[in-house]
Amino acid sequence: MKNITKLGAVSALSLIIGASAAFAENIKVAFIDPLSGPFASTGTNGLHQFEFAADYMVNANGGLLDGQQMEVIGFDNKISPKESLIQLQVAIDQGVRFIVQGNSSGVANALTEAIDKHNRRNPDSRVLFLNYAAVDPALTNDKCNFWHFRFDANADIKMDALTDVMAADENLKKVYIIGQDYSFGKAVAAAAVDMLGAKRPDVEIVGNELHPIGKVKDFTPYSRKIVASGADAVITGNWGADMLGIGKSIIENGFEGPIYTYYAAGSGITAAFGESGKGRIRLVSQGDINPIGSDEARELYKAFKAKYPDGNIDQSRIFNTIGMLSEAITQAGTADDVVAIASKLEGMEYDSMWGGKLFMRPQDHQIIQNMNVGVHTDENVEFDYDNSGFGVVTESTVEMASMDAPTTCEMKRP
Amino acid sequence: MDLILVNLIDGLVTGLLLFMLSAGLTLIFSMMGVLNFAHASFYMLGAYFAYQISIALGFWMGLLIAPLIVGVLGAGVERYGLRRVHQYGHVPELIFTFGLALLIEELVQFIWGKNQMPYDVPDILNFTAFAISGNSIPAYKIFMIFISVGIFIGLLYVLTKTRVGMIIQAALSYPRTVEALGHNVPLIFMGVFGVGTALAGVAGVIAGPVLGTFPGMAFVLGSIVFVTIVIGGLGSLWGALVASLLIGWITTFAKSYNIEMENVLNAIGIATPENLDDNIFRDFWSLTSPQIADILPYILMVLILIFRPAGLFGKRTS
Repeated sequence: MKNITKLGAVSALSLIIGASAAFAENIKVAFIDPLSGPFASTGTNGLHQFEFAADYMVNANGGLLDGQQMEVIGFDNKISPKESLIQLQVAIDQGVRFIVQGNSSGVANALTEAIDKHNRRNPDSRVLFLNYAAVDPALTNDKCNFWHFRFDANADIKMDALTDVMAADENLKKVYIIGQDYSFGKAVAAAAVDMLGAKRPDVEIVGNELHPIGKVKDFTPYSRKIVASGADAVITGNWGADMLGIGKSIIENGFEGPIYTYYAAGSGITAAFGESGKGRIRLVSQGDINPIGSDEARELYKAFKAKYPDGNIDQSRIFNTIGMLSEAITQAGTADDVVAIASKLEGMEYDSMWGGKLFMRPQDHQIIQNMNVGVHTDENVEFDYDNSGFGVVTESTVEMASMDAPTTCEMKRP
Repeated sequence: MDLILVNLIDGLVTGLLLFMLSAGLTLIFSMMGVLNFAHASFYMLGAYFAYQISIALGFWMGLLIAPLIVGVLGAGVERYGLRRVHQYGHVPELIFTFGLALLIEELVQFIWGKNQMPYDVPDILNFTAFAISGNSIPAYKIFMIFISVGIFIGLLYVLTKTRVGMIIQAALSYPRTVEALGHNVPLIFMGVFGVGTALAGVAGVIAGPVLGTFPGMAFVLGSIVFVTIVIGGLGSLWGALVASLLIGWITTFAKSYNIEMENVLNAIGIATPENLDDNIFRDFWSLTSPQIADILPYILMVLILIFRPAGLFGKRTS
């Protein structure tokens, strides 16, 4: 009996060692984002898109270099900067070279600082930070560093595209700005005030307010203020449960104008808005979903739907991130030397399957791409979100938005 | 100024919703001495069950059936879980309910996923009841008010006017005597636990469409429910009602008006210091009421604990 136990233990152990030996060749990407708590759905959907992108775009085509597979590992940071730094250390200890994160600029600010420090102190285990959604402009300005690359347009670029659309609306007289109380919400508000002031000095900003992030149960009091202010339009950078909460609440409580947003799509948000948000919710994003950017993208989206029937590709930039990373790894001929890979990423031009060209600006590592402003509707929707029949249809496009926007970044290269 | 009336109604809705949760919790506590950490989880289960039922049978059947299922589940938890743990004392009971809360959240995520569910207000109630100077009051809110007030009156009647209520009240203070008189006290406990969780279920069913049905909904409301019953006085139904309404109105008004700390301090005779930017209390001076609205109930709780430890309506027990 004892012998059998021993035999079992030994074989189990050898299996584990065998398995880890097989994994050692993998290119590991650590996904550090909320997988529990109020923003769990946003994080989990992002993780699914990353896993699918790695499998579909890299692994199914025979991997990278000499057949190395790409593996995305999810780490739950509970949207806390402190927790993220712990998870970062765990990831680095597991031999991860690439960190992807996007939800919350507060977390991104903590990560980029920690990674900069880590890379200076530990040249043997340097990591790259591929930021796919944290859009605080500071990350590619004052706080920029060589290890950080942003694959999403920053809050200023997005606001520039949004305010272009708003400025064209003759009837717009009063605007209310509301956002989450942290670096990103403040950046959105500041950009909105600046740009609206420059493009439409006659428009009055009747409210500019921040609310606690992820803690508001009922947005009714906020929507009362918005309605009472007589605003014609609302601007919000809210995302996740906060976007849904504020959006539903202001519509229910009698607001009738358009709502200009950054993230009002997918993760259950589109389904929850449904008919009530039709033609009124506009959002700025990159990548063409309706109409789709290319046949290749159509194939990919269908394959994604086959694997995740309840999922959405609401962040097509995730596929750009994986695509550009693989190209940089292939060009550099290594998956370990992150300095070589980062040098290839700098200044890279990439044809996105979601339409348009991407350019990774070398001076600040901010991606430059076409920005779309889309509308929430159920007409001409090929790919809906949340299986609701509603989706986002592109209304206008700014080509290579903010290509020449100034940056305060002073890049120090190793 | 028209806003005052609107805010009164909004605060009433928030408060009554809170009351339905805290009523069950405070009943359970006064009866069994158990602080049920999983109470808000039953609220979440109510919303999810109702969503699932509403797909097949419509909203109204959900409102009818979901609380029943939640109540039966709650009674089952008492009968087969809490009662066994009870003999080991209060700490294991607390840990049991805490574990149960985590378990329910994971289960909900496992079955329904992490996305928000498209659980919506039924079409028949999806219109504006009336508007006060441009602020529309959705009919659903009026419906919520009626349901909660109805439940409060029903509870009050059962507890004070019926034989069952009398036995429950007696079992509260003298369980042994009631047992000696031939009443089945464990059955009463199970019933109270079941009714308490069913109340949380009702709250979930009617709050799901407005506050959102997602796995974090129990967490968001969990702590405020405890604050409510501490302010109201543990075990007091009237206390739970008054505290819920108080919290509803305080938070609503604090969010609706941008009252600045600077104005408040100036009003009570403290002058604004010069060079505010260099002042160490700068953040304190620049506070506005919406920023601190959600912590006001906690401040109130601390004050209550200092000046009236038994709560507003609580009877001091050793």
